[in-house]
Amino acid sequence: MSLGRKLACVILMLVLGAAAAANWLAPAGYAKQYREATDAPPSHTHLLGTDAIGRDRFARVLYGTRISLLLAPAAALLSTLMAALIGGLAGYLGGAWARMAMAVTDLFLSLPWLFLLITARALMPLNVSPSVSVLVTFALLGLLGWTTAARVLCTTAGSLRSSDFVRQARAAGLPGQRLFWVHVVPNLKPVLYAQFWISIPVFILSEANLGILGLGVAEPMPSWGSLLKELEGLVSVGQEPWKFVPLILLVVVVTSFQFLLSKQEEVAA
Amino acid sequence: MKRHENSFEKMMKPCGNAIAIAVLCLGSFVGHAAAQGGGELRFCLRTEPKTFDPLKVEDDASGAIRYLTGGVLVRVNRNTQELQPELAVSWKVSKDGRQISFRLRSGISFSDGTPFSAEDVAYTVQQLMDPALHSPTGDAFRSGTGSVETNVISRTQISIKFPAQVAGLDRLFDQVAILSEHSSKKEMAVLGPFMVADYKPGSSVLLKRNPNYWKTDEQGCKLPYLDSIRLDIQPNRDVEMLRFKRGELDLINSLDSEYFDKLAATSPQLVHDAGASLDSEQLWFNEVAKSPIPAYKKNWFRSVNFRRAISEAINREDLSRVVFHGHAQPAAGPFSPANKFWFNSKLKPQTYSPDAALKALQSDGFRMENGTLKDKEGNEVVFSIITNAGNKYRERMAVLIQEDMQKIGVHVNVVTLDFPSLIERMTQSFDYEAIILGLTNVDLDPNGEMNVWLSSSENHQWNPSQKVPETAWEAEIDRLMRVQSSTSDTKKRKEAFDRVQEIVVEQAPFIFLINKNALSAVSPSVHGASPVVLSPQTYWNAEWLTVPAK
Amino acid sequence: MRSLKWKITGHALTLVATVLLGGFLSATLVRLAPGFEADERELDPHLNAQSVQALRDARHQDHNIFRFYFSYMTRAAHGELGTSLALGQPVRTLLRDRAPLTLRLLSMGLGLAWLLTLTLALSAAWLRLSVYDTLTTVVSGTFLCLPAAVLALLSVLWNVPGSLAIALIVFPHTYRYTRNLLMRAYSQPHIITARAKGLSETRILFWHVVPVVTPQLLAVAGVSVSLAVGAAIPVEALCGLAGIGQLAWQAALARDLPLLVNITVLVTLVTLLANSGADVIGTAVRRQEA
Repeated sequence: MSLGRKLACVILMLVLGAAAAANWLAPAGYAKQYREATDAPPSHTHLLGTDAIGRDRFARVLYGTRISLLLAPAAALLSTLMAALIGGLAGYLGGAWARMAMAVTDLFLSLPWLFLLITARALMPLNVSPSVSVLVTFALLGLLGWTTAARVLCTTAGSLRSSDFVRQARAAGLPGQRLFWVHVVPNLKPVLYAQFWISIPVFILSEANLGILGLGVAEPMPSWGSLLKELEGLVSVGQEPWKFVPLILLVVVVTSFQFLLSKQEEVAA
Repeated sequence: MKRHENSFEKMMKPCGNAIAIAVLCLGSFVGHAAAQGGGELRFCLRTEPKTFDPLKVEDDASGAIRYLTGGVLVRVNRNTQELQPELAVSWKVSKDGRQISFRLRSGISFSDGTPFSAEDVAYTVQQLMDPALHSPTGDAFRSGTGSVETNVISRTQISIKFPAQVAGLDRLFDQVAILSEHSSKKEMAVLGPFMVADYKPGSSVLLKRNPNYWKTDEQGCKLPYLDSIRLDIQPNRDVEMLRFKRGELDLINSLDSEYFDKLAATSPQLVHDAGASLDSEQLWFNEVAKSPIPAYKKNWFRSVNFRRAISEAINREDLSRVVFHGHAQPAAGPFSPANKFWFNSKLKPQTYSPDAALKALQSDGFRMENGTLKDKEGNEVVFSIITNAGNKYRERMAVLIQEDMQKIGVHVNVVTLDFPSLIERMTQSFDYEAIILGLTNVDLDPNGEMNVWLSSSENHQWNPSQKVPETAWEAEIDRLMRVQSSTSDTKKRKEAFDRVQEIVVEQAPFIFLINKNALSAVSPSVHGASPVVLSPQTYWNAEWLTVPAK
Repeated sequence: MRSLKWKITGHALTLVATVLLGGFLSATLVRLAPGFEADERELDPHLNAQSVQALRDARHQDHNIFRFYFSYMTRAAHGELGTSLALGQPVRTLLRDRAPLTLRLLSMGLGLAWLLTLTLALSAAWLRLSVYDTLTTVVSGTFLCLPAAVLALLSVLWNVPGSLAIALIVFPHTYRYTRNLLMRAYSQPHIITARAKGLSETRILFWHVVPVVTPQLLAVAGVSVSLAVGAAIPVEALCGLAGIGQLAWQAALARDLPLLVNITVLVTLVTLLANSGADVIGTAVRRQEA
């Protein structure tokens, strides 16, 4: 294992470990409001300062990691699998199937899904538990986030369909299903890994934006997305660099994921 | 020895006098120019203006343009809150409150040169009272069915008779910008200090000085002093703040409290806190009988003890201090103390007392079980508070209230929704439990809130459109509001509305939280600015402002 | 020739059908979403009951989605696109006035994004240095993790054009796909053979790598148009640029059905053209290589 991958493993284990140990590392919890110390800078009691209503930012980063680091990769996996099935299969079958699938994909890319999400919120009771709300949010993101990769996968699978080794395998009498899963899908992995890697931060940020519709993580539960939204107060953030910590953490985690995936990318290549 | 003037000197004397006069005039012109300053004032509108027709104004952006371009008969001085003459030199309201007579200034023209007369006032009023118009400005005058009669007595005299009494009739004309009956430019021919010169949709509105504006200063110089006003359309407050700090804007009319503090830390001379504004933030429970919420929750919300207990358990001082950084006051009732005449000074903000709140709830059959409050049927007290997403102050207030409620064992879920979804729940499906929203008041007169207090009204938000008042106290409020709207005796009106305020505080259909302060920022290059509480806080005296010409 | 004619006709019909379906689905989504008939003007306490009812009746006109869409299509066939409910102006005028700015923003943004993408991805594939690869991964990852609103605000703060913000939103997506595709292409046996035989890197790139990856890169390019269109909404809204993105956001907030349907039709058309164009060119390249 290369040094980079070892480092990536260590970082991810540390982050996950810290998230798991949040109850001990931040015993006061993510919701407690220190109303006498709002927007406070870092101190020995609040390692990353407090937010606008006095909640400890370090605790919120730790607890937020649990939600974002668990559910965003799960949603990313869902969208990647859907992209593989729809795009990959359509490209492999070719002809009218590919045209129809790509027309559907282009439609999906163009429609204002905001209104579907608003409808989804309306169908949920107002007193739905925060865990159900966040699960529904990430599930919806996973179900809607496959379109970009599907297009690329369709083209790639289409190229593979007419490649020599696939023709040879077909001529040798290999059944279609086996041909697809054993010979075509592995060659789609570079695109699939790219899709997975991109989707994680995109879904984390999207979850925060969906708060505007009543979806996402409900107050007072934190998520990385909601912590990153603090950066939108850009006018003052320059003087409060500790607010960048969630961003740095997300970049580090996403880069670590990439290092772990790069081995698979090399093997796939 | 007397010196005799020669013929040359005799000839030059009148010339010398003429030159001296010319120099004086030039000097005074230069002086006027220096006093005027010319220049362009720049600030932002938060939304796109929907109309330039002053009779159809429904949004703040269009209202700002109307204020700057519209000529009105009378104006509520935003500083003193007194009514002052504008296009009308005098006016008289009849004893029955149905008729108002104006004597108008003469020799005034619209911005395109069309002469102004009483016919234009008659025309404007007829347009305003057209039943098909459906505008807030027009509806404010509609106290009864029937048509309005305008009687043009002369070019400068007009009398207007309404079908029923209109409370505070004269003050309502502050919102009525007079249109020209004869001008081909229609609503673009104006009588105000500025006129619309250019409009780039999505980008900006440019107002230029109205060359025919009638007002002059004490030295006889024509107003306004400014050459133009540029209104950039910018919904985002962070960007507005950035641009102000960079000097691209001259003022921020309504400044967020966190930006106030940040600006004050580096440049305290730029920021102004004029004290409590007319605006309030409140929470209310859904008391609609046909709402789809569970019956046991309806019972809670319809209990005055429950509502008052919740009100008592909310720490308003913390809301003011934490959410608004001290730039807000705990609210005492429906009106803010900024409304000097109509505010009931006997009312005080609800004190924070979770113990007293718990006792009150216990007397209603609620009990604490393992840190959770339960009603007498054993249902856990859980409810949701909805508010509009994107308003970070309301979101923060909701989270603070969530924590306050935990102290009395009540579990609150905070849900932020997009505004149309929220309005639908509030006004059509009634599928909500509690809601935090605010009231932006432009009217000092309580008659402007008739549709909030009347139980039959659409805007009686906690339980709208009642066929008959469902409670005795709502019936009493209905009666008192009708009393205050049917008399022109200000003392009687004040007594009636004072009692309305007391009932509202006793029964707590609205749990009033805070009155925000009127915060603004003004660049030091702007001369003459004197921010006040009433809207528009910073440019209420726009015709007197100057900025250095660039 | 005849089969080519049929192919083009088939493509055109698919395009038209998809665009019309997109408009209808968009109208349906907007109509069924809560808040469609809600109007914030109803909350004005000055309005009397008749005025509130008049507002509700006006919104109720578009209640039946089939009737609305049928009448919309009939009018659109004559060039009449309806009137915006939120802004009270003809939709055609609104789109015509704002399209040039958005087109400029998108073209420059996409151009910049692809310039960055190709520069970094090609150099990463060429150099094959792990340090460089890590650096480009961190850079693209950082921009991927920054909210679009923050990038837009930064462009205002630093007084740089909004197209740069769009480029920085799109580039991490296109970079990752492009880099992976190039890496895979470079690891193919025939490339290894070509290197072993002493072919120059330039020749390998232009003769053996580019033709192989072009169809997929074109697919990524087609998709990047949709990404840029999506990015235009927060960038225009925050940078105060009066383009179609800003209009789309206003329309969404106000549930402005006529405006939303037209914008969706426009976006669907642009997406289809971009992706179909990528498909056609990609197929042509593949055929040529074969």
